Amino acid sequence: MNAIDVHGLVKRFGDKTVVDHVTMTVAEGEIVGFLGPNGSGKTTTIRIMCGLLTPDEGEGTVLGFNIHTESLRIKREVGYMTQKFSFYEDLTISENLEFVARLYRLKPVEEHVAKTLEELGLTTRRNQLAGTLSGGWKQRLALAACIMHKPKLLLLDEPTAGVDPKARREFWDEIHRLASGGLTVLVSTHYMDEAERCHRIGYISYGKMLATGTVDEVVKNAGLTTFVLQGPRLDQVADALKGRPGVDQVAPFGATLHVVGSDKAKLEKALADVEKQHKGVTVKPGETSLEDVFIQFMSGSKDNMA
Amino acid sequence: MNSVFSFARLGALLIKEFIQMRRDRITFAMMLGVPLLQLVLFGYAINNDPKSLPAALVATSNDPYTRAIVAALQTTGYYRFDHVAQSAEEAEFLMARGDVAFVVTIPADFGRRVERGDNPQILIEADATDPAAASGAISTLSKVASQALLRAQGMQEAAAENARGQLDVVVHQRYNPEGVSQYNIVPGLLGVILQMTLVMMTSIALTRETERGTMENLLAMPSSPFEIMLGKVLPYLVVGGVQVVVVLSASKLLFAIPFAGSISLLLSAVLVFVLALVLLGYTISTIARTQMQALQLTFFFFLPSILLSGFMFPYRGMPGWAQTFGEIFPLTHFLRITRAVMLKGAELPAVAGEIAWLVAFVGLFAGVALVRFRRTLD
Repeated sequence: MNAIDVHGLVKRFGDKTVVDHVTMTVAEGEIVGFLGPNGSGKTTTIRIMCGLLTPDEGEGTVLGFNIHTESLRIKREVGYMTQKFSFYEDLTISENLEFVARLYRLKPVEEHVAKTLEELGLTTRRNQLAGTLSGGWKQRLALAACIMHKPKLLLLDEPTAGVDPKARREFWDEIHRLASGGLTVLVSTHYMDEAERCHRIGYISYGKMLATGTVDEVVKNAGLTTFVLQGPRLDQVADALKGRPGVDQVAPFGATLHVVGSDKAKLEKALADVEKQHKGVTVKPGETSLEDVFIQFMSGSKDNMA
Repeated sequence: MNSVFSFARLGALLIKEFIQMRRDRITFAMMLGVPLLQLVLFGYAINNDPKSLPAALVATSNDPYTRAIVAALQTTGYYRFDHVAQSAEEAEFLMARGDVAFVVTIPADFGRRVERGDNPQILIEADATDPAAASGAISTLSKVASQALLRAQGMQEAAAENARGQLDVVVHQRYNPEGVSQYNIVPGLLGVILQMTLVMMTSIALTRETERGTMENLLAMPSSPFEIMLGKVLPYLVVGGVQVVVVLSASKLLFAIPFAGSISLLLSAVLVFVLALVLLGYTISTIARTQMQALQLTFFFFLPSILLSGFMFPYRGMPGWAQTFGEIFPLTHFLRITRAVMLKGAELPAVAGEIAWLVAFVGLFAGVALVRFRRTLD
């Protein structure tokens, strides 16, 4: 059984279609990354899945429960971590966890809270007010609170925004540990390194799911060609390349220039022209990265929100 | 698993709410400071006078003298005889319930005594719980009645025998013989203070969760709208209880307000009233989108309820439409109950109708709140 199996989800706010026929399946135990620019409908899609929003169109099940009729049962089995910290800042860490434990009717409350605090290394800070915690600790508290009731599915909405790299690394180690125990995870993110730690990814833009699959599949299916340029005066080379037919992206990376295009023949012609004009510039085939693919997606899709 | 209600989940919400209440020092100070401030301010500042007050007539004979006096009292503009009581007991009940402000008793032998020249007496009992309201009516009384009687005698007997048989008007100021203004203001303040603080605080109950972003989390977890409502509303019931104790003690200590009736009856009425208030506040918070809106809605509600409930100005001084409008405020009914119980010593039958109004408000507000509650973020 798939943990998430939804198809044709549509959500409109007024005359804006925020989620436009999104179809998604996530197998049990899988970690799926959910990528897309700001305002692309990631949060709305996740909220539909955890029963916080009702879709205008579309059907599907989450953990086998119908998203239209069984949202209360979904809420009990799902752990949802909101994008913005949404626990009580005027309650301490343990008070917040006790609150959650009681809402899920976990018994005995103290034992569950103590165990959760221990697991996430929050014991020493248990009496600190949540509002005084740094971003990393808030994120840890939020994760602790949403896994305490042993959900079968975790929905994480940009969980690592504003968190330092070490904390992010630890967070992801924790996610993988939980997934190896059978938990399914759907996580939205902007970070490419995080996307690469997922089993599969889905890319959404302006409400439309543009690509799904493993990182390699998504990169391969994008059909992009990348060249790496080296030599003197790369800034002038970059200016010369921009706007030429076949050249979609020009981005400096240290002492090199990455040039990406979806039409290989046109791209090669453009590069040959520039190579002639600028002495000493060498062109080598490069590897297309996930980031290149995403930039391509973002510049390619029309903003239907404007 | 029961999805509609569980004590454990309610307990979770209650504990959380109490902790937050304790952390919020300013609000906590406001809950105790505002009542005292308002009590002292309004208690000493407000004073005021109305006409066309409902009166009951207890008259067993229908002689010309009786009719003359009743007509004269009515022409003063102060009295409006819309009740005719058969007995003193009935009149007493009408007054305790607040249906009439005056009871005019003209004895059966009045006409005979006038004709015999044997010091005829009439008794006027005034509801002095609002002394200002009654004072004008009482001051004109004696002169008007005497003149009316003389005119009536003049018509009966061609030769007026003025000196014979002076009319004796006996005035009883009921419930508040010294006419102390605070006796009227202070019990009313109990209601106004409760309304001010409780409606305002509960009106931001949900909008605060929404604005702080915690609503999303609360909705994502398994808690039913009914649990959330009770979890928000019950802590303030306790706050209301504390306020009642503060205001009643202060009434006794600072203003020496007499307490005529049953304290348990008053407290029961207060409980229903407070429940109606916190539910009203909660209903506002299901309608408002932001805390600011909630406070605006609250104030929008406050002003008419204070002006039209009979707290600021005598209810009977208002035109009919305003009196009808005043009925839609819980405060109106609560003021009648407190004044009746505290000052008149009214028993349950006399205030049962008003309590029924409050119960209806509780049902109405809870119903609207539950219907309005948004279970999703749509």
